[in-house]
Amino acid sequence: MFTKVTSGEVQTITIQFEGETLVVRKGLNVAAALLEAGVKQFRETPVSGQARTPFCMMGVCFDCLLIIDGMHNQQSCMIEVAEGMKIERQLGMATIEFNASAEQGL
Amino acid sequence: MTDTFDLIIIGAGPAGMAAAELAAKHGASILILDEQARPGGQIYRAVEIMANRNRVELGDSYHAGLTLVNAFRDSHVQYIPKASVWQVSQGGEVGYSFDGTAHIVIGKQVIIATGAQERPFPIPGWTLSGVMTMGAAQILLKESELAIEDAVFAGCGPLFYLVIHQYLTAGIPIKAVIDLTPKGNYLKALPHLFSALPALPKIYEGWKWKREIIKSNVPYFSDVSDLKILGEEGVTGISYKQGSTWKTLDASHILLHQGVVPNVNISLAAGCKSSWNEDQACWRINVDDWFQSSVKGVRVTGDGASIGGALAAEQRGRIAAVGALVQLEKITATEGDHLAAPYKAALAAEMRVRPFLDALFKPSDTFRIPQHDNTIVCRCEEVTVGQVRQVVGMGCAGPNQLKSFSRCGMGPCQGRFCGLTVSELISETLKKPVSAVGYYRLRPPVKPLLLQELANLKITKGDSL
Repeated sequence: MFTKVTSGEVQTITIQFEGETLVVRKGLNVAAALLEAGVKQFRETPVSGQARTPFCMMGVCFDCLLIIDGMHNQQSCMIEVAEGMKIERQLGMATIEFNASAEQGL
Repeated sequence: MTDTFDLIIIGAGPAGMAAAELAAKHGASILILDEQARPGGQIYRAVEIMANRNRVELGDSYHAGLTLVNAFRDSHVQYIPKASVWQVSQGGEVGYSFDGTAHIVIGKQVIIATGAQERPFPIPGWTLSGVMTMGAAQILLKESELAIEDAVFAGCGPLFYLVIHQYLTAGIPIKAVIDLTPKGNYLKALPHLFSALPALPKIYEGWKWKREIIKSNVPYFSDVSDLKILGEEGVTGISYKQGSTWKTLDASHILLHQGVVPNVNISLAAGCKSSWNEDQACWRINVDDWFQSSVKGVRVTGDGASIGGALAAEQRGRIAAVGALVQLEKITATEGDHLAAPYKAALAAEMRVRPFLDALFKPSDTFRIPQHDNTIVCRCEEVTVGQVRQVVGMGCAGPNQLKSFSRCGMGPCQGRFCGLTVSELISETLKKPVSAVGYYRLRPPVKPLLLQELANLKITKGDSL
């Protein structure tokens, strides 16, 4: 279990994870905040669909990848939480959606 | 016009900070890029924040890092945190991204000080949710004041005892400790003890941590010859083999550690030559006495060149900076020799303990070269030991062909967590020295980069990219 050991004053902010509102400590990186909140799965691998969670916490393993504010493949251990941030699990391979106007633009 | 600096430093850990601070004193224009939000590297991570909190368990050697961080801040060099460097090319071009925008800058001299990362620990189940590196646990404690309760610690190395000591001091419950220091290593380390004598207080401190762990009420196991992490969706336990018997512990968190190795991706992608370091069972970047690599104008220093620890990294950073200052003609070669003399002496003193530590904590072959066919080697592409052996059996000559045939090492981590395993596994399978097997050919971008960022990059005429 992930447990906070701080004795200092704690400021919190609100983020969205998979549509659910989470109150997390300000200043944490996204990975740490979600681990503290008890999230057991960050992404599913594109190969076998195995559930993964952060492994290295220092930006080298890429197991903490999430969709943050609509952007895929974000290293959540390297990004600080921000008020109103929308976070989703990254399930398997990313897909690209083309809308009509974008296609015309191409 | 592309911004040009006398010196670009990559990494604001002990080596990078010390290099920047020294070079700034001698009038060099400096840009230092670092991936983290605050200076300190992994070793002194968040040390500025923790200075105001009563976190005694992190220890004096951690809090002492604040002196270097403060000196670095006071040097007022141009410092860009949260910058992700994706390329260093010949001619001193450095490509990095910051806040969604890519930039190219030029350093007349470049110092790569990218530090260390955890050595891969390929055992069955090491990709399961609930398994982390022990370094990750320490980062969570240092930066996020987050503890992992009731975890099983499995591994070896000086850092292994340190983090358990920090957990015990902070009163965080530990499920069990599995000490994987190979028994034979004590005998191998003994001949190096004499030259390590000046570091006796440090060795004694480590020994005290180990005694503290054994005497605590945490179950402690040694003489373990094999490990398996159990679970389907997430970790449910760990099995360990003592003698010919397998025993199992229930657990939902496993923390693995078997030492740290140089973080070589930027250096190798820049074309720096490396060689196999048998004592540390990893690659080292080939550098001269001034940390000049095989690429003109590119120096690689600190743990990013070869593992020496934080205090050595600080001195190595300064020596590299002196080398750069001489090349920049900010000082003469004679002045450089004179300036670097105390740093070289301090480095030599610091390195005397290294052969002892390397011999004592070299992880056993069992945990470096996985034997079970189903063990995952490449975490990203989920390539197993069996698949690697099969491809090698088909006549694949080395890591690069293996990559083409199996996708091993082709995922987002770019071999950071499988490269060493692959080199050693192929070496064992083909009965060829690791140096002859080689490593992945790494290419930029070494960190993910949006196509949009690349497309928006303003390239001046003459920039090669």
